Amino acid sequence: MPFNRKPQKFNTAINVVEIGTGDKAIKLGGASVFPFYTFDGPIGNTAKVGVEISDMGLEGEPAGVKAYYEGCTTMAEIAKKAAEMPGADFVSLKLEGGDPNGVNKSVEELIAVVKEVVDAIDAPLVIQGCKNAEKDGELLAKAAEACQGKNVLLMSAKEENYKAVGAAAGLAYNQKVGAESAVDINLAKQLNVVTTQLGVKAESIVMNVGTATVGYGYDYVISTLDRIRAAALTQADKMLQMPIITPVSSETWGVKEATADEADAPAGWGCVEKRGISMEVQTAAADLVSGSDAVILKHPASVAAIAKMIKELS
Amino acid sequence: MALTGIQIFKMSPKKNCKECGSPTCMAFCMKVAQGAVDISACPHFSADAIAQLSEATAPPMKTIKIGAGENEYSLGGETVLYRHEKTFVNKTRYAATLCSCMDDATIDAKIEAAKVVDYERIGERMFTEALFVNCAEGTDAAKYAEVAKKAAATGRPVILNTTCADCAKAALAEIKAAKPVLNAANAANYAEMNAIATEAGVVLGVSGTSVDELYDTVAALEAAGNKNLVLDVTMDTIKATYEAAVEVRRGAIKNNDRTFGYPSIVNVAKLADGDVALEQALAAAFTMKYGSIVVVSEMDYAMALPVFGLRQNLFTDPQKPMKVAPGIYPLNGADENSICLTTVDFALTYFLVSGELERSGVPVNLIIQDAGGLSVLTSWAAGKLSSTSVSDFMKAEVEPKIANRKLIIPGKVAVLKGDIEAKLPGWEVIVAPLEAVQLVKFLKDMQAAGQC
Ligand code: SF4
Repeated sequence: MPFNRKPQKFNTAINVVEIGTGDKAIKLGGASVFPFYTFDGPIGNTAKVGVEISDMGLEGEPAGVKAYYEGCTTMAEIAKKAAEMPGADFVSLKLEGGDPNGVNKSVEELIAVVKEVVDAIDAPLVIQGCKNAEKDGELLAKAAEACQGKNVLLMSAKEENYKAVGAAAGLAYNQKVGAESAVDINLAKQLNVVTTQLGVKAESIVMNVGTATVGYGYDYVISTLDRIRAAALTQADKMLQMPIITPVSSETWGVKEATADEADAPAGWGCVEKRGISMEVQTAAADLVSGSDAVILKHPASVAAIAKMIKELS
Repeated sequence: MALTGIQIFKMSPKKNCKECGSPTCMAFCMKVAQGAVDISACPHFSADAIAQLSEATAPPMKTIKIGAGENEYSLGGETVLYRHEKTFVNKTRYAATLCSCMDDATIDAKIEAAKVVDYERIGERMFTEALFVNCAEGTDAAKYAEVAKKAAATGRPVILNTTCADCAKAALAEIKAAKPVLNAANAANYAEMNAIATEAGVVLGVSGTSVDELYDTVAALEAAGNKNLVLDVTMDTIKATYEAAVEVRRGAIKNNDRTFGYPSIVNVAKLADGDVALEQALAAAFTMKYGSIVVVSEMDYAMALPVFGLRQNLFTDPQKPMKVAPGIYPLNGADENSICLTTVDFALTYFLVSGELERSGVPVNLIIQDAGGLSVLTSWAAGKLSSTSVSDFMKAEVEPKIANRKLIIPGKVAVLKGDIEAKLPGWEVIVAPLEAVQLVKFLKDMQAAGQC
């Protein structure tokens, strides 16, 4: 008896969300099968790779990242170079300098950076907040206003500030809203429910369901992604059919495997940058096969490798 | 297909003699259906019924053993496709590649390199568990046997990757006692390789140029009586390999197709073809998607640290969170005069907190106490993190070893401050910020103010 194929193809699909404008616009989502199950049915739009840049510039970045941006002095130049990175589909600006526990830049100062970046590139822009929910409420709402007509994605709309971010991004300025929850399917769903109740269209929402580096409680990430994708497809749960975006680099480059210099690290660990790349690449690969429709990375070697893996699997 | 208690009951002796320890046959059959007891506990089932039942109640995916002695590993035996359904049982094992095309010095160096990665992470030893010995085309059988012998001398299970019958025989003559895998069978040679593997008493690896061909070859080998197999699902492309890895595992577990009920080998070194970062990505992807053995070109720390971390997370019990051992963890060169900071033993909390503490650069004694592996708020709500638990632990474990008398407690249980101070005379209790990310600034500020 020959092998009897039993494809898992569903009569429903992940929502398609467009980010950006013109030729460079990208679409996330659209799959009606499990991640990369091309042999079961249409996988929708191929997964996308974003390049993360920060309002803090290049200070503290690994050597390979600095080398890639060599000669760039302004945020506009950095953003352009990020958009050109081989394998990149979009640029993600992280406004980490806004953190009140950190540098605590003013909202005005950060909005100037947002304008500089969004005007410099044709590539779609995804804006990440500063991690402080209260400040993000104001910051991201203003960013939505500053990027009118560019169809950007504003991440970091959390339980605490989704009203401010959602109303500005999703309603007033017709941008896309990134609903951020903390590795729990029920929290992810709840946030989508309240965000849509606010009047934001389900088709304007992208989820960030939480992230971690492999080895660091990543079991929760796997199960959250697995369960969300299963609920979206097998139960056609409308409140979980939003495409998923996962910021990878902001997590992976902070763990000790990626930060301990060769001299300080345990014997044999070797070059810190190589370890940083592998932490980033492996985390991204695991995110993608579990259901992320987009990942945000920063090292050129990681972006190239993940873009290639996506191409090979799609 | 799993049988119901009723179906098993129909075949039972219906004596209600209680010899099995259950009050009735019906009760016994219910337990058998749940997998709680084995059918052999009843002495009265007919041989016929037992044969039928063991076929029907056998797990969908076989457990295959490779290697010998303390280096014997079980592969496969999984019952679910996703870790949240039930704990995965036999973790992915990693093999580093050797090739008969390498000169002796390179082979020796590769074998030494395979021993470099060896460390412990949350109670689990992480190291290169196996060696994959590739046979280049035209290799002389004696040379191949020699490489195989060197690999086996490490004590690690060896995967002999060859389609040359003479090479297979020569290598097995040397190392069959170490129970290697003979990864050799395909649609063209399976009869011959089956004879070689069976005679040597080793697991046979089967490959194919497509999912269908692989299936047919496995079926033919099973018909010939060999069920001691692993399936090398590596195809020509990454895409076809992913398909094969998924179809094999899904076929066995979801669709109960026993022909695919075997562990798998994925050779990511071959698929990545020298692209180091791509190989990293594929090692992670195929750890997630069903590789029982993942073959890498080389297991250095850059490969090992993330892939073993991923594996550890993937194979944990979804019901029982990972815990770290209670104790004093000195960070940033802390000694007995350094400040203490306490949190729970939930691995995720520990990693978050210790990571931030390390980033601060401030010497701190991180005190981990037994909180049932729960997060700060959950363990507090469950009564496992209380002023008593903290003060008892500090008195018993910390006071004899640490001279410093300042203790930072989690911001989320600030309410415990007064009680802890009352129960821990001589200690100053300080409340940390609510989030771990704020610890860096908090500690640096304390240090600048001369408080620690
Ligand atoms: S020992 Fe067998 S026959 Fe006796 S009660 Fe148990 S199941 Fe029934």
